[in-house]
Amino acid sequence: MIDLTINTELAEKILVGFIRSELGRVGFKRTLMGVSGGIDSAVSLYLSTKALGPENVLAVRMPYQTSAPDTLEDAQFMIDDLRVQSMTVDITPMVDPLIQYYKEMSKIRAGNIMARMRMIVLYDQSVPFNGLVMGTSNKTEMLLGYSTIFGDAAAAIQPIGDLYKTQVRQFARHLGVPEKVIAKAPSADLWEDQTDEGELGFTYAEVDRLLYLLIDQRYRPETCVDEGFEPAFVERVVKLMQKNHYKRVMPPIAKLSQRTIGYDFLYLRDWGT
Amino acid sequence: MKIKIALAQFNPKLGDIQANLKKHLEVIDQARQQGADLLIFPELSLTGYALLDLAVDAAIRPHEEDPVFNALLAASENLDLMIGFVHEDRRHRFYIASAYLADGKIIHIHNKIYLPTYGMFDEGRFFAPGDSVRAFDTRFGRVGMLICEDFWHASLPYLLWLDGADILLFASASPGRGLTHEPRLSSSEWVEHTNRAYAGLFTNFVAHANRVGYEDGLNFWGGSTIFDPNGDLVVRAPDFESTLAMAEIDLNQLHRSRARLPLLRDERTVLVARELERILGES
Repeated sequence: MIDLTINTELAEKILVGFIRSELGRVGFKRTLMGVSGGIDSAVSLYLSTKALGPENVLAVRMPYQTSAPDTLEDAQFMIDDLRVQSMTVDITPMVDPLIQYYKEMSKIRAGNIMARMRMIVLYDQSVPFNGLVMGTSNKTEMLLGYSTIFGDAAAAIQPIGDLYKTQVRQFARHLGVPEKVIAKAPSADLWEDQTDEGELGFTYAEVDRLLYLLIDQRYRPETCVDEGFEPAFVERVVKLMQKNHYKRVMPPIAKLSQRTIGYDFLYLRDWGT
Repeated sequence: MKIKIALAQFNPKLGDIQANLKKHLEVIDQARQQGADLLIFPELSLTGYALLDLAVDAAIRPHEEDPVFNALLAASENLDLMIGFVHEDRRHRFYIASAYLADGKIIHIHNKIYLPTYGMFDEGRFFAPGDSVRAFDTRFGRVGMLICEDFWHASLPYLLWLDGADILLFASASPGRGLTHEPRLSSSEWVEHTNRAYAGLFTNFVAHANRVGYEDGLNFWGGSTIFDPNGDLVVRAPDFESTLAMAEIDLNQLHRSRARLPLLRDERTVLVARELERILGES
């Protein structure tokens, strides 16, 4: 049986403790994140506010000229709801010179430029705000590689990175995220009318069930087919996971010496804290 | 005879023995003030859990001349202690270990036998496995110590039981995992069921100290417990919170439970040995 239901109170307790611990042990009590108006950043925002208090959370809205206006409004609604600190940085005049520098520019490249510019804005603001950048990636998008490396994938900690999108939705209700944000179609909003599920070609509800079997329950792909999943769908998802694994690991270092970072120089990130 | 057992459910600082020694001494003071007779610290309480390459730097040679051990031995007057540390033996092998200290003496050291090296665990990469399990005598009777994965193997509690242990002392640094719709993590439920089962099947006391806190993304869930020889819960510390849980146990319960349910009397150890020899001989 595939049951993705989570105990949201327990999830909150563990993740609130995680945020406090990981920030506190390196001397921080504040966090900041890009707030798009989508559900992942909304959950991260509500969760961070519970962990640290609204005065210690900075919500950064970073629209581009093509960003859907209602996403900005939704972000503002949540900022007002939580009374967190906030700022709006229009990235259009920052990214347009690079986009226009080249004669040809694909949607993907432009989208990556935007995602990475948002990363630059957040890491820059982390200094005056004296906070760490909160990642807002969920398990589904991490596994599928539906992210921009060194863009939205760049963060100090990833509190919701072990929750599938379906579980993020359930968690959002528990945390009091506005229903409008929960109900809207997930979108990276990197170009007009982009939706995750349109681009991926399947729904999160479907793929989460498959990923749960493949990852959590250690099913073989062929056994997932026996369980009723379409062979082409299973193959596509497995390929996406493999193809994008580079986004989930540090770049490999070529081993030459007796002791090499990543192979036999092994410490937790929390080393010394 | 009634004794007070305290379970130190706390959060050590990764790789910082001095900071952790200070915490130990504070908790020991607190337990002493509350009248504890025996205080159990979790696995690797002096060092933290996911040491990786820090393991060798955090290792201790357990004897009186070691300043850390010396301080703990001095603190064990009138309050027996079970502490967790990285044990460096004379041949410089490194073990995950628990030491039982009483009246300024090291009574027993147990080196963790089963080192989980699968899934999220990598202990076998950094540590040597222990190769013996022994019960030992204390002022409360005969007891046995095991560390985390040790008691995921039924043979070790069983051997301690046959070796005379009426009180099983378990120490863990158990990473929480398995978030479902249930109010507790799967790992918490599993460990607690196991502890209860040993208490009931062996008509023994089972005391378990598990740590709390976080190391990178790992959470440690706490939930330290004591079960009595009927398999009934005596005390359960809250999940995820630093605390000193304390409960009085009545050692006369052993008399009552075993009068009702003589599982120890009826245990066919010679049969076990014979069948084990046969099974091992066949393989």
